Amino acid sequence: MLRADGVSFGYFSEREAFSLSDVSVAIAPGSLTGLLGPNGCGKTTLLGLLCGVLQPHGGTITLDDRPLTSLTRRELARHVAVVPQETHPAFDYTVMEMVLMGRHPHLGAFQLEGPADFAIARESLIVTGTAHLADRNYMTLSGGEKQRVVIASALAQATELLLLDEPTASLDLGYQLEVASLLARLNRERRVTMVLATHDLNLAAALCDRLVVMRGGRVLAQGPTADVLTGSMVQQLYDVDADVQFHPRAGHLTVIPVSRTR
Amino acid sequence: MSTSTVQPVSSLGAPKPRSDEGGIRTRLAATIAGYGTLAIATCVLAPLVGSTQISLARVFDRSIPFADNVDAQIFFVARMPRVLTGAVVGATLASAGVVMQALLRNPLATPFTLGVSAGAALGAILVITFSTAVSLGALSPVPLASLAGALIASAIVYGLATRPGRAMSTSVLLLAGVTLNSFFSALILFVQYMADFTQTYRTVRWLMGDLDVGSFGPIVASLPLVLLAFAMFAVLPRSLNLLSVGADVASTRGVDVARTQRLAFLSASLATSAAVSLAGPIGFVGIVVPHLVRLMVGVDHRIVLPASALFGAAFLVGCDLVARTVLAPVEVPVGVVTAMLGGPFFLWLLVRRS
Repeated sequence: MLRADGVSFGYFSEREAFSLSDVSVAIAPGSLTGLLGPNGCGKTTLLGLLCGVLQPHGGTITLDDRPLTSLTRRELARHVAVVPQETHPAFDYTVMEMVLMGRHPHLGAFQLEGPADFAIARESLIVTGTAHLADRNYMTLSGGEKQRVVIASALAQATELLLLDEPTASLDLGYQLEVASLLARLNRERRVTMVLATHDLNLAAALCDRLVVMRGGRVLAQGPTADVLTGSMVQQLYDVDADVQFHPRAGHLTVIPVSRTR
Repeated sequence: MSTSTVQPVSSLGAPKPRSDEGGIRTRLAATIAGYGTLAIATCVLAPLVGSTQISLARVFDRSIPFADNVDAQIFFVARMPRVLTGAVVGATLASAGVVMQALLRNPLATPFTLGVSAGAALGAILVITFSTAVSLGALSPVPLASLAGALIASAIVYGLATRPGRAMSTSVLLLAGVTLNSFFSALILFVQYMADFTQTYRTVRWLMGDLDVGSFGPIVASLPLVLLAFAMFAVLPRSLNLLSVGADVASTRGVDVARTQRLAFLSASLATSAAVSLAGPIGFVGIVVPHLVRLMVGVDHRIVLPASALFGAAFLVGCDLVARTVLAPVEVPVGVVTAMLGGPFFLWLLVRRS
């Protein structure tokens, strides 16, 4: 269980000011939580706090009742993996090399990857449908392939928690659905707990069993998707009049934006 | 951004299929064996070339006492210090280049392009010019002054490159390097202006990059810095792989990013100051060698770093061989040779990337 209790965080510079105040969320094992809200509402900041890259200025974040600050980066990386929006390596790593980097927190300083590490890396490639790309240069892949490889790398980290920051934002519709079904499958079959920050309300509706909605650095509401994702919530979050309906063919709620109300 | 779909050509015995089980172990062993052989062969063969012809068989002929063996004396006393200096300087500059490039996520970053070499040179030249008793023994102040200069320059680059929130673009970082280079060069010129004429000739020669150290003394004096730098390099490679993918990615994969960055800057500064205090600011080794090595063995730093150290040793000894022979009996400073090779190479990289 990953929990944030009364967490606050802020930064101020001549260019921008931002603050997150009194954020409390609980991520239950096996859940798939969506993090929604307009640009600059603090989604990415909250993910950064939950994975320990950022330190809260107030409040505590705990993993199984242990404060994150009491864990080393290495220990934390064995429990929580992150998939960023985009990954741009400075050098031409192969897909296999990228995925094997996920084994970093499990290896000693001078230890090389052994058969067990390769087995986990290969399995991660198979699960994400990227095994045929193993020897390819990561930079030559398409957007959808890259994102699946990065997910494979996070899976190779063998953590129970996976935090994803808009993993489908730069993908076309086909790849969006591909990555979405991959995430659903990983959550269902491997019991990977996920937190997914996204702008895509329909993706969140399709995937997530719980939603946390944020605006202006505060949590507006959280709870089961069907309770939280309503027309009035979309109105509150984005100042957009939208129809939120159950779509029988898709099998989940869908959001159709109608007009801007401000 | 380079997006070649072709796999890099492998050579020098490094096996190609990278996703093979246990591949990293085999590749590491093959790389060290291959490049190690190349480095040793270069260091043994290079001293044979020069104004006086000597034979390798006579050099190692144990039946002749050393005092009577002219070939052995030329090999070990006259030429070996210079060759070993080339090997040490080449290895340290190439490794420092690898580390800087991974650290700053920038294939064009090197101690030379970022002004760290110039900082080291300023430190060294201050001591060379103004210290009355410059001993070249184990307690020589030159490497330490050089280290101080390198650390100051590194701290400036580090401060610019790791400002939270805003990572530096390639162009800004390189411009900062150009600025630091001009700044330190101006100070070096001023120091020379203050010095007398004979000193100026010596320092000009040194500033061009010169491996002719005369004896084993200076090499020994630089060893503490070199060994410390390589000990630090040894713990870095896997963290460098992750850092070159991104600082946040590295952090979430379990890398202590701040500690790794400090260690990398410190080790690269140590290596640079050792090289500069020995042979002056020799340019372009840190950019040419790592790039050629990556074309041959891929980009995993656990392979690239040792391969670059060994290939860098062979490369600089080779360049010095050219420097000694191309206009014989006149000797060209080795820095001129590396610049002739490295300048166009750097421009080619710049054009290819944009």
